[in-house]
Amino acid sequence: MISVRGLAKRYGEREALREISFDVAPGELVAIVGPNGAGKTTLLSIIAGVAPASEGAVEGPGAGPAIGWAPQQPAVYWKLSVAENLGLFARLEGLADPDAAVARMLEQTGLSERSNERVERLSGGNRQRVNVALGLIADPPALALDEPTSALDPGQRERLWEFVGSLARTGTAVLFSTHHLGEVRSYATRAIVLADGELLFDGSPSELIAAAGGGEQDFERAFVAFLRERGH
Amino acid sequence: MRWLLGKDLLILRRSRLLVGVLVVYPIAIALLIGLAISRAPGKPRVAIVDETPPGQTIRVGSEHVAVSRYADELFSQVQPVHVSSREQAIAGISSGDVLAAVVIPRDIAARISSGVSQGSIEVLYNGNALEQSLVQSQLSSALAQANLGFSEQIQRAAAQAIGLLLTGGSLGVLGAPPNMVGLDQIPPALRAIIAHQPLGAERTQLERIDRFAEFADQNLGLSKDVLSTIGQPIQIKSTLIHGRRTPLNTFAVVVAVSVSLMFVCVLLAAGAVALEREDHTLARLARGALISREGLLVEKLLLAAGCAFVLALAMLAGIGAFVSLDWSRIGQWAIALAFGALAFGALGVAIGALAREVRAASLLAFLLSLPLAFLALVPSGSVSRGLYDAIGAISFVFPFKSALQALDAAVNGASPGLGISVVHLFGLTLVFGALARVGLRRLE
Repeated sequence: MISVRGLAKRYGEREALREISFDVAPGELVAIVGPNGAGKTTLLSIIAGVAPASEGAVEGPGAGPAIGWAPQQPAVYWKLSVAENLGLFARLEGLADPDAAVARMLEQTGLSERSNERVERLSGGNRQRVNVALGLIADPPALALDEPTSALDPGQRERLWEFVGSLARTGTAVLFSTHHLGEVRSYATRAIVLADGELLFDGSPSELIAAAGGGEQDFERAFVAFLRERGH
Repeated sequence: MRWLLGKDLLILRRSRLLVGVLVVYPIAIALLIGLAISRAPGKPRVAIVDETPPGQTIRVGSEHVAVSRYADELFSQVQPVHVSSREQAIAGISSGDVLAAVVIPRDIAARISSGVSQGSIEVLYNGNALEQSLVQSQLSSALAQANLGFSEQIQRAAAQAIGLLLTGGSLGVLGAPPNMVGLDQIPPALRAIIAHQPLGAERTQLERIDRFAEFADQNLGLSKDVLSTIGQPIQIKSTLIHGRRTPLNTFAVVVAVSVSLMFVCVLLAAGAVALEREDHTLARLARGALISREGLLVEKLLLAAGCAFVLALAMLAGIGAFVSLDWSRIGQWAIALAFGALAFGALGVAIGALAREVRAASLLAFLLSLPLAFLALVPSGSVSRGLYDAIGAISFVFPFKSALQALDAAVNGASPGLGISVVHLFGLTLVFGALARVGLRRLE
């Protein structure tokens, strides 16, 4: 579905990403984790076609512009209502029935009752749902979410993950970055660990605990131990 | 693109404060600039202290010129406020009631009549450096005009006195002999007497007097002509080298509309592009095939240019109700405004693309536009040649001066023609459009 091969990104002398390669299959929920500055946002931006890679390629039917994208900061028009935002992007995507697509997304994201409210008046959680909904309006085969829950309270986080989980169950490949390691443990089928632009680990959350020595049952402690062992 | 244009118009409609500022601010600025330019400096309000006794005259030979004529000349150049004393005049200046005061001293007639010293008047004024400069310049001009008018009267009196000396007759002066002989009558009369005189010392003496009388007649006659030349040695004859003369008030309209066009267009275009980046929607729009970056820039340019065009045309039509404009040229107005709007729009999208956030874009647009407008209005000859060339170069690479010239050509038929300015504006549109595209290389 998505094939990342030998991806590198340089900003002048600084290497933000080095030789990143992995595949994502349909229905997978892949978490990209790592300390600040690891290159998570850069990686997702390249996969989503927002930023160009210095080397390497992202291939597959779900790569580049075809992927649904929800950046860390909601990319929505604050002066427009929820329905107007969805309607605009449905039309820009050239969907055959934009009104039906808007109704579907409103229902899927649970925003039907707020459809006529301007985004500027919504809570942070609902704004993020609109952000994700815009990424999904064209029914993409894959979705890239950059720290989608960073501004949400626990209840909002749980509702968002229920929604994202339902997408994965219908075959949508989901890549997301996060600092909430509990979410990785609870919802991700795979974790990719980045540090200083380098891919350190690619496997299931349980395998990450094992890779950290297996002694720690707490995922967050295991993750910290894993990084420490590798000098990060 | 139409969906995006519709979205922007909807956002604009909902941003009432922004729309209000975008419309009211340029109109207010434009009107102020227009008024400042079109209102020719009025006559300065000046206190006059005339200490000369009523009816006092200056004697020029046998002629008399009333001192009050000088005051009359001065009054025609200023807005006079008569006060009775120097102290009252000073009080008037201090309170700001008058810009300055002119004191005509009691002895002015005696000094001028003496023929050895000039008459003098005293000018009082205060204020800050700019005000002083303005008042001094206005008063100097008014006093020069009054001096000129008064000196012409004195010259006329002097010429009349010389004329009487030459032709003779009654001087009309108390005690002067009636029916006096004129200088030009003396040589023929003398020659008639000399013809009957025997040769000798008396005849020689008479011949010397004859030669003197002839010489005096010729030279005094010449001095009469010289006097009129001294009064105004150089006459000014104005010739406009090229183009049609633009009346000041219609030029002020052109300036006002151009300034409005510029502000609305540049601010709107810059803000619209920067808002896409600030809302993080730029990357969402341009990363895929939703809209190309060029398409996005064209959409913002058309949005800003369209709004500014409508506003400027409405403004021109509105002002046309008060100032006489040639409505048969409305097609040319539209062409000038359209190309001006496109060039300003391109400058705006370039600023928006480079500035990356709305506040920075607005500030940059404002900081760039205002000085450029003022620079474009600097007249040649008011600054040094080198500085004027530098200003000309700056004005050439930004659209304001060309837009102003295009609109002046469209409204007033001024030179250079509309075609040259429109081509220049189109070139600038392409240049700033390309710059904007460079600014959108990064989507984040």
